[in-house]
Amino acid sequence: MLCAGTGCVSNRSLEIQTALESELKKYDLQDEIQVVLTGCNGFCSNGPILVVQPDGIFYQMLKVEDIPHLVEEHFLKGRPIEKLMYIPPDKKSPVPKLSDIGFFKKQQLVVLSNRGLIDPENIDEYIAKDGYKALAKVITSMNPDEIIEEIKESGLRGRGGAGFPTGRKWAACRGAPGNEKYIICNADEGDPGAFMDRSIVESDPHAVLEGMLIGAYAIGAANGFVYIRDEYPLALKRIKYAIEKAREYGLLGEGILGTDFNFDLSVNRGAGAFVCGEETSLISSLEGNNPAPRTKPPFPALSGYMGKPTNINNVETWANVPRIINRGAGWFRGIGTESSKGTKVFSIVGKLKNTGLVEVPMGITLREIVYDIGGGILNDKKFKAAQMGGPSGGCIPASLLDLPIDYESLTGAGAIMGSGGMIVMDEDTCMVELARYFLSFTQDESCGKCPPCREGTKHMLDILTGITKGEGREEDIEILETMAKLIKQTAICGLGNTAPNPVLSTIRYFRDEYEAHIKDKRCPARVCKTLIRYTILADKCTGCHICFKNCPSDAITGEAKQIHEIIQDKCIKCGMCFDVCKFDAVRYE
Amino acid sequence: MKLKPSDLDKIAQKMRSVTNLRKGTARIKITVHMGTCGIASGARDILSAFLSCVEEEGVSDVLITTSGCAGLCSREPMATIEAGDKPPVKYVDLTKEKVKRIFKDYVMGGKIVEEYALAIGSERVL
Repeated sequence: MLCAGTGCVSNRSLEIQTALESELKKYDLQDEIQVVLTGCNGFCSNGPILVVQPDGIFYQMLKVEDIPHLVEEHFLKGRPIEKLMYIPPDKKSPVPKLSDIGFFKKQQLVVLSNRGLIDPENIDEYIAKDGYKALAKVITSMNPDEIIEEIKESGLRGRGGAGFPTGRKWAACRGAPGNEKYIICNADEGDPGAFMDRSIVESDPHAVLEGMLIGAYAIGAANGFVYIRDEYPLALKRIKYAIEKAREYGLLGEGILGTDFNFDLSVNRGAGAFVCGEETSLISSLEGNNPAPRTKPPFPALSGYMGKPTNINNVETWANVPRIINRGAGWFRGIGTESSKGTKVFSIVGKLKNTGLVEVPMGITLREIVYDIGGGILNDKKFKAAQMGGPSGGCIPASLLDLPIDYESLTGAGAIMGSGGMIVMDEDTCMVELARYFLSFTQDESCGKCPPCREGTKHMLDILTGITKGEGREEDIEILETMAKLIKQTAICGLGNTAPNPVLSTIRYFRDEYEAHIKDKRCPARVCKTLIRYTILADKCTGCHICFKNCPSDAITGEAKQIHEIIQDKCIKCGMCFDVCKFDAVRYE
Repeated sequence: MKLKPSDLDKIAQKMRSVTNLRKGTARIKITVHMGTCGIASGARDILSAFLSCVEEEGVSDVLITTSGCAGLCSREPMATIEAGDKPPVKYVDLTKEKVKRIFKDYVMGGKIVEEYALAIGSERVL
């Protein structure tokens, strides 16, 4: 029943009629479904109006463009289209609840519980959210051993990457001989695409300070450092300001909270060397030396800053501490999996609809992060893999989307938890090029101290670059694997030990792509430019001229309505012609 | 002032009374999210747009404050508006023009600007 009252007709309901009839004919439905013109419905403001009987479905504000979709969905497939229906104003709920939105629904906040809620530059707002209550609790009612026991009991593991049990680390430093001890907060977050620590310091700096104060009290340290990279100006400003305010309140300095506990902190800016995320390099840099790692043992817990016992934890680890003290180890143990307790903060970036910072319980699946929280892949393309743990980590392919995320399962899959950087890639990513990119990063950041890392990664990079240029040899995959294993075993520090991971994991899951590059000289994702060649198919080209107009390097010749051609010398292989061609006339090989 | 453990509770109570929109002097609290992501996408302009709205309307019961990133970096600049005891509303992808409309319709008129609002309510804190 299509309204043909004056109101609807002037809103073009007769054009709707024509469109409806022709679409119905297309599906041979003209005999089953009758289009009846009616008089005015009375709801002229929302015209043209179409009522579908016998169900009484009320469509409003129709446009000619809506009709093909409507006929196909509703009349052919029997699925009325809600979007085009009238919803009474009192039934409308267009603004959803935050807890119903995928991005927020699956998150559980512990470390980020104050995010977006408090002014990070106002210490009183932190105190109003139970801030410094855990510190007051430990220094008035707990002895250091009880605190360490509580942290051990909670199952908290280092959030910087390696996942070493925090309580055991503290205990080792507390038990180390000597009276002069130090604690350090590692805020030298260097993985490309990772910004968990920056965001925690920016939104809740006092939580980090409080965690450090509790750690210092438990370990017996009187001095500490926040080592933060200089590329984080806002985080740097906020942590400095937080320290200043905490000092004014007597939460740092001498006689903290009226007791005889003394502790103070200074801030050191990192100059952007990736290797400084490694603890012995960081300490070397703090001491004023070149940031080069040294072999362990001795571990920093015995001999760290200036040769004194030193405990280093990452920002997120420290920020977990006050929450564990306030709520108890049992509460914390209740979150997560058997081996990995609590939550983890991830920065989710790449080809996702929603990107940002998320905190999820350990054990959540990658699928939930990518599809429920991340909203799926941009432009509804296919998920290919997620790089976990940045240049030190590995990729998780689509076949492992249901893998529960915890320290052990990620390591088993060839990736690492890392500090929480998660880069999601779609079908247009070339995995060989990805491995080459990450290796070029670590190669560049290698400090040069040990040969496996300095020389080995260089050779691996040369081989990978060759493969992406079509110069790969049959034996390359095997050589890469052998070198990777050797470097992992022999490099001095974490940087070298993990640098080959992206190569190993891409070979493990995407060996076919390596083979396509090496044997067929072909890049399946059409990323590696020397391996692709665009041509125009003469039998399909209509001479519409659209590729000619869009080509950024004037590499296409041809007059309108004539067959076009690509001049290979000028072609920069951007793929624009392929994307704009409506007739599938552009082919790549 | 050097604090004693008991002072923490006093500060907490004082702060809660200041930020209590039902009982305190402020009727509405606007939080502009200003992490690096927010600032990079223009949160400073959004903050000044809200401040000039307050000035233009001559209202004294609107509290404007800032905080860190709200997590959904791809929808910055973002602001959360709390009015009385109503659940907070998060507005995303803000521009100066959107701020004007939100201020007029929601802050002054109490009507949620549906087109710009992401969601109503708070996050799940464990």
